[in-house]
Amino acid sequence: MRYATTVIIGAGQSGLAMSRHLADRSIDHVLIERGEVANAWRKERWDSLRLLTPNWQSRLPGYAYDGDDPNGYMNMPEVVRFLQTYAQRIDAPIHDNTNVKSVRPTERGYFVATDRGEWQCDRLVLATGACNVATVPAIAEGLPNTIRSITPMQYRNPDALPAGGVMIVGASATGVQLAKEIQASGRQVTLSVGEHVRVPRLYRGRDIKWWMDVTGVMDQRYTAVDDINRARRVPSLQLVGTPERITLDLNALVQDGVDVVGRMQGLRDGVAQFSGALANQCALADLKMNRLLDGIDAWASHNGVDAEVGAPERFEPTRVDVNSTLSMHLADRNIRTIIWATGYRPDYSWLHAPVLDRKGRIRHNGGVVDMPGNPGSLYVMGLPFMRRRKSSFIDGAGDDAHELAEHLAASLRSAAA
Amino acid sequence: MNEMMNAMDTNAGAAVDNGVNVAALVEARTALDAAPEAAQFKWRATCEWMNGTHSRSTISGFFGLGEEQSREKSFMVDADHPMQFAAEDNAPTPVEIVLSGLASCLTAGVAAVAQHRGIQLRSVKATLEGDMDLQGILGIDDEVRNGFGAIRVHFDVDADASEDDIKALVAQSQKRSAVFDIVTNPTNVFVSVN
Repeated sequence: MRYATTVIIGAGQSGLAMSRHLADRSIDHVLIERGEVANAWRKERWDSLRLLTPNWQSRLPGYAYDGDDPNGYMNMPEVVRFLQTYAQRIDAPIHDNTNVKSVRPTERGYFVATDRGEWQCDRLVLATGACNVATVPAIAEGLPNTIRSITPMQYRNPDALPAGGVMIVGASATGVQLAKEIQASGRQVTLSVGEHVRVPRLYRGRDIKWWMDVTGVMDQRYTAVDDINRARRVPSLQLVGTPERITLDLNALVQDGVDVVGRMQGLRDGVAQFSGALANQCALADLKMNRLLDGIDAWASHNGVDAEVGAPERFEPTRVDVNSTLSMHLADRNIRTIIWATGYRPDYSWLHAPVLDRKGRIRHNGGVVDMPGNPGSLYVMGLPFMRRRKSSFIDGAGDDAHELAEHLAASLRSAAA
Repeated sequence: MNEMMNAMDTNAGAAVDNGVNVAALVEARTALDAAPEAAQFKWRATCEWMNGTHSRSTISGFFGLGEEQSREKSFMVDADHPMQFAAEDNAPTPVEIVLSGLASCLTAGVAAVAQHRGIQLRSVKATLEGDMDLQGILGIDDEVRNGFGAIRVHFDVDADASEDDIKALVAQSQKRSAVFDIVTNPTNVFVSVN
């Protein structure tokens, strides 16, 4: 058995940023990676995906994008190269192609069993990401087996789908992106829309991510919102990264010919039922977008940048078909594939420690896991709004790693004292 | 600025009073989050046939917070059908009571959300209309559903808030409304007979 003071599981942006900060503090550590650096970006994403954040926002401790297209959006090979280069620059001690089989608490730390040997450590950092498993709602059980059912983890491109119609359930970033490219492939897409967050790609000539960065929205701390559990459940923004910097909202999809229906609420005898609350879901999203834009305008005027950016604008409200379909016989409507773009969750099936709540979520305070009997020994990273709104983004890994490395170092000092 | 992405902004001022005890509701939410079994409620009604299409429902106890709950009094809700249905019009029709239930639920939600957001209400009036094609319930056309084809709700709200803030109140009220959910989404209904 080998020993390291700290074991980091996962060598994506979170694990690498933590490695850098531990190295800065001379804390001995290893990263255990099931594949290679940036494994999920390599293997678990669809072909056309690009980051939703512009290149300039790909920032890690002591490292940033330095190419000639700061406003572009990296495709997956570029993301992999970006993280790979970082791993090399910081000389991260990565044990790759090593699968963690189980983690168990010991008297003073953790026992980590992998398919390539065992590790003992005092401190453990879970940097395995927030998107290990695609969640599928229980109603999916009612799907007739004549219709192919997949999640975005299995989806690669439209050509791999059967001919015929496609039902996409979920209209956050994943759902709207898949809807656009599958509709463009000649397959009729029906998009089932529940709660969603609408934003324009560009506002007053600047990327919405730029506004959210400069105004401090992305830096907002988890202690500064009045309902952090709710803030952590907010769906991803309806965004796509394209060279043309297009806005991808429901109006754009309807323009492309996508059929928009309400949230899927029932699926029985081959008939899908949709909520009649679609109009309100769209109204909520429009109002929320306008509150964001109002806040941006107020910030711009307060900070005297009005002259540097375009004029304030408001976008057309979401056009909702007041007679939107409430039920649909899937086979009769030639639906051959259903894609559950209904979110992702972390996988902790290998973690045998009493740290999960009744819904299987890890209990933590800003990434410091609530580990009974051994506080300050276990950390998690990269979860939505974990310490800041940007925690689950590449740009959020650095600040979180900094603070959690500080915490970890302090806990080692107090254990030694 | 930091609040602008929050779904619900709380700026409840002491001066705002819509008659909703938000502090108690927030406390209940925290308690039920910690003890989800106490959040399991059962609502009940009994209904007796009077005569013709006239019936009378009695509503009293319910189950919640882990035990049977009783009230100091029972409530009666009568239902009937109008003369045009060859009935005696003793009371509103059941479908009108559904509209009333939806309106009451949304209106209560508007008041609660307004209180939580620190918005003083002066008046709130909801006007509802439901479309129904009687060919459904009369069995004339199987393709026509029995229930409402559509429901329209119009709110007139007078409050110390911007137009968008008022729209957001009404939208949030729909998002959290039980009856809105009941009428917009399917529910399994089990009927037994003795």
